[in-house]
Amino acid sequence: MRSIFLSLVTAAGLMAVTTGSGSQAADASAAKDTSKLGITLSNSYAGNTWRQQMVKVFQAAADEAIGKHIIAKSKVVNADASAPQQSSQIENMILEGWNAIVIDAASPSAINGSIEDACKQGITVVVFDSLATAPCAYQVAYDYVEAGRLPARFIADQLHGKGNVLVVRGLPGTQVDEDEYKGQMEIFGKFPDIKIVGTVNGNWTESIANKEVSGILPSLPKIDAVVGQGGDSVGTYQAFKAAGRPIPVITIGTRQEELALWKDLDQSTPGGYATVASSSVPGVSSIAFWVAQQILAGRQMPHVINVSLLEISKPDLDTWLKVTPVGAVATPVYSRDWTAKLIDSVVDHTPAPASPGPQDAK
Amino acid sequence: MQSVTVSRRNGLSGLAPLLAQHTRLAVPAVALAAMVGFSVILQPRVMSYFGLTLLLRYSEPLLFATMAQLCILTVGDVDLSIGPFISLVNCIVSVSATSSPTRCALELIGCVIGYVIMGAFIQVRALPSIVVTLGFSFIWLGFALLTLPTPGGSAPDWLVSMMAFQPPLIPMPILLAVMVAVVGDILLLRTGYGAILRGIGSNATAIQQAGWSLLIGRTVLYGAAGLCGVLSGLTLSGLNTTGDPWVGAQYTLLSIAGAIIGGAEFSGGIVSPIGAVFGAGIMLLSGSLLSFLDISTDWQLSVQGGLLTLVLALRTFSAWGVR
Repeated sequence: MRSIFLSLVTAAGLMAVTTGSGSQAADASAAKDTSKLGITLSNSYAGNTWRQQMVKVFQAAADEAIGKHIIAKSKVVNADASAPQQSSQIENMILEGWNAIVIDAASPSAINGSIEDACKQGITVVVFDSLATAPCAYQVAYDYVEAGRLPARFIADQLHGKGNVLVVRGLPGTQVDEDEYKGQMEIFGKFPDIKIVGTVNGNWTESIANKEVSGILPSLPKIDAVVGQGGDSVGTYQAFKAAGRPIPVITIGTRQEELALWKDLDQSTPGGYATVASSSVPGVSSIAFWVAQQILAGRQMPHVINVSLLEISKPDLDTWLKVTPVGAVATPVYSRDWTAKLIDSVVDHTPAPASPGPQDAK
Repeated sequence: MQSVTVSRRNGLSGLAPLLAQHTRLAVPAVALAAMVGFSVILQPRVMSYFGLTLLLRYSEPLLFATMAQLCILTVGDVDLSIGPFISLVNCIVSVSATSSPTRCALELIGCVIGYVIMGAFIQVRALPSIVVTLGFSFIWLGFALLTLPTPGGSAPDWLVSMMAFQPPLIPMPILLAVMVAVVGDILLLRTGYGAILRGIGSNATAIQQAGWSLLIGRTVLYGAAGLCGVLSGLTLSGLNTTGDPWVGAQYTLLSIAGAIIGGAEFSGGIVSPIGAVFGAGIMLLSGSLLSFLDISTDWQLSVQGGLLTLVLALRTFSAWGVR
């Protein structure tokens, strides 16, 4: 346990994750005083654990910043997955005179009008997670095509390029789902002996994945692997179990129940259970918050800041399970210094700092 | 219930219905005025041309959605498909309005015809509107996803600049609201055929015996609702500048609540276009007001639902008082 912890810290780079050591780098390039300013979060949907955790992490970062007199005030406003409502809320924020608006968007396109309005008023706009495409906004972006390639690559590797694969997709009509699917198909396309024998929409939700996979299973031949998008693997697993079929390789996300499932399967399967856990993490809201603060402080940066996914492999599994409460998603929390280093790496075209490990998750 | 509504319409019982009519309109009017007043006190920046425009920008699609719902409520039906229908219009406009305007126009006309068919279907087969419109809502959504599988496309420039147009002195949303209220009021409440249409909602048998076609009446109203839905989708596209197959989802609930708060009855026959305009404003401002009060927006749906219940309860009380 202790050795795992130490090796993790060494791998991650102690400097990158420890608060305080990098503050000079942050202050030198972002010198303007932001202590009188306000940063607000417009969140399109707060109805699942991922989003609730994301909001909590944002509030924690904002409270820390207010406590240290880095900013003056903050607020979180949620819409009910409705783009017109979110647009309307953003217009209200313009009226309320916020200096920066951080946005998890209901639609990549439908709130661009109000984002443009905010930019015209000199307000800094940072979008993250579900992005909006308005060119004046800064984007803290995940590469979801890569997020699709990662589990697909793992499966192709595990199956030695031959076998039957079931694809569990996300919510239809969303860019994230399209991108992940594209990434998966790009990898599988390179292996002519890997057959996609079925595709269902699990909507990133265990119950829906369970229902959809149960529905298609009777019509399918032997399945060697299931590629999902995270949040769906427990439902998929239960569907296989209920149908009395052998459990294939199921790629998983980083929710607690998925990690716990992995651990159970690993212990109950002779020789262990191999899979890969990867996901975008709710902690990304803290990066978006600090990016907004750095822009207000005068930091120059490109409009797109890429963030890499959290990938959990077997050695870290126990540590992550320990710090992730039941019902939550495993996530690191990013500090201002870490974010400043990330911006540095984007500006200098150097590799991004290593992700903070589970020891920094709270 | 039926006989009460009929006697009100005929104005047989004198003063009482007149009073009821006024409470019906006064409640939403006073509520809206109070909400605007509070907003101004909390956030003085609202009280300017720019402030009002920002505050009310998204009232325009909601206004037309509420009017569409009003048409359906007139005959005593409920439309659960208006939200996805608005999404569909939004998708059609963002995909083809710029590249092939003719195709876009034809498709939009097709959408209105779709609504007419929906109305005819309900009338001819005597089906409950709640089931048919729920079914159609998935058809609209399906077409929206087929037209535009993922969010994107762009609204034509003329539409965007039309929505950004700033008339002198009075902000566009207010001007539009007044126009819609006046046109709706004249068509539904001050024309002979408007009275017939409302009559279908309160006593269809009487209207039929008087020699009017229920089929034509219902399809006219559904057609009008489709037209309002298209207008709602157009204004929404102009504001958002692009398309999204999920964008309209919330308008189903909001349009019903707006029309009912504005004085319409689920039982049909009783509607108020002016009240519906107030109702749409109330539904829109409830969110802004919570935001200005720094109350979590998680309360918004509860507050909107609570408003709806409160208005219905108040109305029952006033009806008793009058009787």
